[in-house]
Amino acid sequence: MMYRKKKGIVGRIFRVLQFIIVVGLGILLCMPVLILVFGSIVDEIEWSGRIAPLIMDTVEYIEWKWIPDYPTLVNFRDLLFFTPQFFTLFWNSITIVLLILLGQMLVGLPGAWSLAVYNFRGKKVLFSLYVILMILPFQVTMLSKYLVLSKIHLLNTHWAVILPAVFSTFPVFLFYRSFCGISKEVLEAARMDGANEWRIFTQMGLPLARGGIFAALILDFLEGLNMMEEPMAFLNDKSLWPLSLYLPEISIKQAGMACAASVITLIVSFFVFAMFKDYLEMGIISSALNAKSGI
Amino acid sequence: MKKAYNYILRNKAGLNRNAKFLFLLPGLLGITIFIFVPFGDVVIRSFHTSLTGEFVGLNNYKNLFQNTAFRLAVHNTIRFIMVCLPLLLLISLLLAVMINGAPKWEKYKDMYLLPMAIPAATIVLVWKMLFEKQGFLNKTMETHIDFMGTEYAFWILVGSYLWKNIGFTLVLWLAGLKNISREILEAAKVDGATGIQSFFCVTLPNLKGSMYTIVVISLLNSFKSFREVFLVSGAYPQEDIYLLQHIFNNWFTNLDFDKMSVGSVLSALFIGSLCMLLQKLWNGEVE
Repeated sequence: MMYRKKKGIVGRIFRVLQFIIVVGLGILLCMPVLILVFGSIVDEIEWSGRIAPLIMDTVEYIEWKWIPDYPTLVNFRDLLFFTPQFFTLFWNSITIVLLILLGQMLVGLPGAWSLAVYNFRGKKVLFSLYVILMILPFQVTMLSKYLVLSKIHLLNTHWAVILPAVFSTFPVFLFYRSFCGISKEVLEAARMDGANEWRIFTQMGLPLARGGIFAALILDFLEGLNMMEEPMAFLNDKSLWPLSLYLPEISIKQAGMACAASVITLIVSFFVFAMFKDYLEMGIISSALNAKSGI
Repeated sequence: MKKAYNYILRNKAGLNRNAKFLFLLPGLLGITIFIFVPFGDVVIRSFHTSLTGEFVGLNNYKNLFQNTAFRLAVHNTIRFIMVCLPLLLLISLLLAVMINGAPKWEKYKDMYLLPMAIPAATIVLVWKMLFEKQGFLNKTMETHIDFMGTEYAFWILVGSYLWKNIGFTLVLWLAGLKNISREILEAAKVDGATGIQSFFCVTLPNLKGSMYTIVVISLLNSFKSFREVFLVSGAYPQEDIYLLQHIFNNWFTNLDFDKMSVGSVLSALFIGSLCMLLQKLWNGEVE
């Protein structure tokens, strides 16, 4: 806005330069995805020609063409119809993520509501504690979680991944923010009219904050599909694994297949991203506002 | 009959009065079961040997401090955070300022957000194609450097962190920039401030609040870069990128619970006090 007033030749060149940086860097960041997409329509024979130098370990380089000699969907066919384990893992991923989201809503929403709407002693301390728990990397609490899960015999089941994630404090913060926007007067008025606290929460809090709640769920969904540390530590049985652990198992010799598997995994995230990116942005911003009010 | 009704009414009022705690209860219960109680157990374990269960005082702590792998991991993790955080903040701020200067460019930020939506595992293949000895990067430079096996690995780690998080931070900076009222900037202009002056004297100080939050979130995300490293180079990568997460993971697979419990206690203490410190700093500056 403020740069737009005067525009000499220098200003214009400067502007064009900025445009090149913004767009150029953006395209560069998207490159890895494009490589995967274009790599997935190349069949194994063409791929093996391309990556021969890598496998033989010669001094030549991997070859890359954007448009393949023989574009084909054979990788997708093989993966979707002839690789049943891919399906198992795909559904593992989806089940785990959806159950986590459901649990987070059941547990996190009321908790966030309480923190946002009521005042009570120790609220500040509780809040700081939630922030710390949010930042702690998984590895720090890994042993604790392992000890509990082995005690209640949930290791090597999906619940070992789902339950600890349900009680993660990150979504509580995201939800908290969306509840903070609701005016206290409206709630007080409902209270005067004789509504009980549960009704105020379900019939006023939830509908009024649904945008923010949805945003938080989008962010959580992407997070959940990306989950790696938890299943790696708590799931031994490969048939229980989510897709995120299967992909690295495909060797580079099956590059076409690996690209196709990556693309299919990506599609779910990308679809969610493209449909709800405004919500995602909202979620990101509210996550920040949260950390601010939390600390 | 009336008595029963009164009883229900009284109970209902009680339920309403305690609603705030009832709402909190499920979450608190879960956190207690999955984190607090077992963490207490971990603290106790850190003072005992896991072999015989004998009390050894601070012996485990002493052993850990003398452990070279642990020292290396601490050093690398701190180095990584010290390098990648400022870089991320700076680059994304520059981009945010450029985009904020031209509202039409807002649509381009989607390109920056896309990497966030991509599961770490899907990108491993691309990383291999880019950074192997026969990969694209070597091809363009006509060299045969083993990027993941030499000190370049550290910079690839930094790069992949930036790649993933630039969009996130960019959106946060943009939100902060939009919050600065145009009147203040106009006033600065009327007073004769140049673009650069008003950036440093008006825009930057006004971004302080956002900056704090961005630091916290970026720190949180920096712990997640472990995924890419682990997927590309496994449990024992090049020594510059051997992070604390690696060492925890390896202790876990080797069932080395002595070291692990001490490591957990120390890390939790460190991060906890870091949070408190940031909180103090921030509160002091605002109020």
